[in-house]
Amino acid sequence: MRAARVLLRPVGFAGFGLLAIVLLVAVFAPVLWEGRAAATDTGNLLAGPSAEHWIGTDNLGRDLLFRVLVATRLSIALALAATAIGMVLGVVLGAAPMLAGRRVGRFVTSSVNVLVAFPGLLLVLFFAVVFGVGARGAALAVGLAGAPAFARLCHTLLAGVSERDYIAAARIAGVSRLRVLLRHALPNIAEPLIVNATMAAGGVLLTFSGLSFLGLGVQAPSYDWGKLMQDGLNGIYVHPLAALGPGIAVILAGLAFNLTGEAFAAAFGIDVVPGMARVRAVRKAAGEDPERTVAAPDPVAGSILSVDDLRVTIPGARRPIQAVRGVTFAIRDGEAVGVVGESGSGKSVTALAVARLLERPTRVEANHLVFAGEDLMAAGDPRSLRERLGTSMVVVFQDPMTSFNPAHRVGPQLAEVGRFHQGLGRKAAFARAVDRLRAVRLREPERRARQYPFEFSGGMRQRAMIGMGLMGTPRLIIADEPTTALDVTVQRQVLGLLAEVRRDTGAALLLISHDVSVVTEVCDRVLVMYAGLIVEELPARDLRTLARHPYTRALVAAVPDMETDLTRPLAVIPGSPVDPSDVPAGCAFASRCPLADDHCRAAEPPLQADAAGNRVACHKAGRPLPAETAEVTA
Amino acid sequence: MQRLTPAAVPPATGLRSRVGGLWSHRWLRFALRRTGRLLTSLWVLVTAAFLMIHLVPGDPVRAALGPTAPAELVLARKQELGLLDPLWRQYADFLVHLLQGNLGISISTRLPVGEMIAQRLPATAELAVAAFLVSMVVAVPVGVVMAVITRRGKGRRTELAFTGTNVVLGAIPDFLLGVGLVYLLAVQSDLFPVAGRAGFDSYVLPVLALAIGPSAVLSRIVRVEMLAVMEADYIRTARAKRLTPSRVHLVHALPNAVTATLTLGGLLLSSLVAGTVLVENVFAWPGLGGAIVSSIVAKDYPLVQGTVLVYGIGVLLINTLVDVALALLDPRSTIGDG
Repeated sequence: MRAARVLLRPVGFAGFGLLAIVLLVAVFAPVLWEGRAAATDTGNLLAGPSAEHWIGTDNLGRDLLFRVLVATRLSIALALAATAIGMVLGVVLGAAPMLAGRRVGRFVTSSVNVLVAFPGLLLVLFFAVVFGVGARGAALAVGLAGAPAFARLCHTLLAGVSERDYIAAARIAGVSRLRVLLRHALPNIAEPLIVNATMAAGGVLLTFSGLSFLGLGVQAPSYDWGKLMQDGLNGIYVHPLAALGPGIAVILAGLAFNLTGEAFAAAFGIDVVPGMARVRAVRKAAGEDPERTVAAPDPVAGSILSVDDLRVTIPGARRPIQAVRGVTFAIRDGEAVGVVGESGSGKSVTALAVARLLERPTRVEANHLVFAGEDLMAAGDPRSLRERLGTSMVVVFQDPMTSFNPAHRVGPQLAEVGRFHQGLGRKAAFARAVDRLRAVRLREPERRARQYPFEFSGGMRQRAMIGMGLMGTPRLIIADEPTTALDVTVQRQVLGLLAEVRRDTGAALLLISHDVSVVTEVCDRVLVMYAGLIVEELPARDLRTLARHPYTRALVAAVPDMETDLTRPLAVIPGSPVDPSDVPAGCAFASRCPLADDHCRAAEPPLQADAAGNRVACHKAGRPLPAETAEVTA
Repeated sequence: MQRLTPAAVPPATGLRSRVGGLWSHRWLRFALRRTGRLLTSLWVLVTAAFLMIHLVPGDPVRAALGPTAPAELVLARKQELGLLDPLWRQYADFLVHLLQGNLGISISTRLPVGEMIAQRLPATAELAVAAFLVSMVVAVPVGVVMAVITRRGKGRRTELAFTGTNVVLGAIPDFLLGVGLVYLLAVQSDLFPVAGRAGFDSYVLPVLALAIGPSAVLSRIVRVEMLAVMEADYIRTARAKRLTPSRVHLVHALPNAVTATLTLGGLLLSSLVAGTVLVENVFAWPGLGGAIVSSIVAKDYPLVQGTVLVYGIGVLLINTLVDVALALLDPRSTIGDG
């Protein structure tokens, strides 16, 4: 099966084909053409290519093509022998820590580490001195020089395997170390070892021809490719093919080993996702929506952000994932809107799409996406748009530990906004950055601004991140789980800081969170998302009491509060969230909903607004829940 | 809303001294560990060079002088090389002489080995350094541009052409590239001299032969590193600041991609040093590479010993320099067990 898979790939096919040809030539060429390779033609000394001699002759008039073909056997045989020596020695050295106990093992490992630091060719030359000039000496030298690299590889692989249960079991059962190694450990690392040996054989072939080329390997009257090249180089002016012919043979044979090795490595690894197919699938899926061409309704008046029918498609391994399936909402100036939902509900993707931070091949579509009176979906002047977004839309990310660039100091990272969007000089921008760090209550802002992010704690970084947003005059802060990665006390401080910033600047807030209590505390209005759709929208203060969607009610019930009866198990939402790549027909929550009936499973409920402006998408909105869940909610 | 209490922020003075103490502690430990490793490797190298002549099967001096040499001459040479002393004495003498900078006398030319090496070392060092610089200057921009062009499944054809060319170029050993370059650019078109070291022209082909392979490998690494870095959270932050794409790529992504590139660059530089041996032989370059080959063939052991030491020390110094550069670029790397 695997072999078939290897052969089906172009790389594997080319590699195997080449290798088969090379091996066939190695076996049969000396038998067939030994005589013709040795026959001297005194009328044609050092001749160029002709019908009789395709790539010419050498200084004794011997045909070079046949010599190159015949030399295949010696070249390949020596390369394989040297690889075998290196591999056997490498396995012995690599297994030493496992066989000979800790002290010997540690000594062997550190010696190997010292040797690996030296380039292979240097080791080859060293051993060539010891073993002397000639084919046998060179094979030993190349083999020994390759051993440290093999030992390192084998050691690493064995270390990975020796922790496994079956090895431990064999040890406990009293199986001898050697037997554990031979019967249990080695068979499990054989695959990567052989793949590496195949590739190493290609490298050894090249090294060996280099050695013969230097005159340290095969000696006359024997000849391999390197030796032929050495002979040919002197005459490169008159007769270039004499040097290039064997050179090409070396490269082809080397490629044969390398490609075969790589094809095996790829086949043993994880299947590669065909990227081309993915992108095409996304384009097709996006083109399949004819009704999307309807004229965009006007943005909601008085809003800083107005989103109409936002859809986000992410290419998946098998089919595109509809992460957001048509979301419409607006945020008024200075308002705080929370988005809650489980992981995979599309809330973070919504935030990133609104911030225009999603990149190809992810597709973002909307009838409109208006921020501060400008439709971000319409391609305007990129520079001025960048300037306005850079100073008035602030994004605070989930993980402050990874959101700062580790290669730059904190101050300059803040100062960039001032330098590139506000026309400040380097010094003035840095001074403003220090001032902003002070504004977010960082102690000693001058010193802190000169430090690297890794010298900051998580809470300090998140504050600095908010300070970065304060470089301009924010009108909307998009905060994607800003407190999730922080511990509880720091969470409080960061939330407090956000509230303070909003009070001072009048900025609106779009807060993404899975934490219902944070959202109720901070926000004016809540959007509840499930499976890429808004399922309910209501004032935050009413979330615990007036929620009508069974999902919202379950979400609220899952959060313990002061009145929760701690003697009972905490409420959980049964089932698991919908797989975004496979959304069922009808209501996406139906399979987990205690109220669902056949109608729910068949027809998707529309998002409908009531007189107060609250919206809900549920056929059974507001119906009492069955007893066991209702009790917790009550 | 909770008010920010001063107590929630750790006292700054305490933090500073703690960070300072950590800093010096970390750097001291790094220096000690790295020096220890350098010294161990040096000792292994020196000892191996010393043992080399003793590992040669049979009588090395007889082998060097040939079967026809008179027995008195062989004995005299052995005396001169100190081979008649007990092994510990020879080792001690070898170390003392080494510290004095005395590498012995060449058997074939009767010249001091140190002098011969000093004469030839600059030519080799020039070649290696020039090739390293060329491969860095080529690989980094090419890798960055390729990463930007082929990111996230864009430009599939460009990517295929790039990786294909890279694999082929990386698979051709430097001395074969040298032969090919000589054929194309010196024999066929007569643009550059075939061999020798005279003037700027003569550097072009050997440097190219040495630099093409490493450039291919390195640019592939730069591309992969750039692609990984560009998915990082802090790149999203940079984009959220609405910086220009070129600033995001060059100022925010590239410095983070450079560390891995440098690690590999160091390995390449040390293998470049070894690669010079072959390329020098293709171009009849008057460097150490020619000396080591002819001395191995002639069994001129003192010269081999000296050359192996010089190559080995060069490689060890490069490895150490790269580790120090890495530690300076990425201070966190001093913490790990490098």
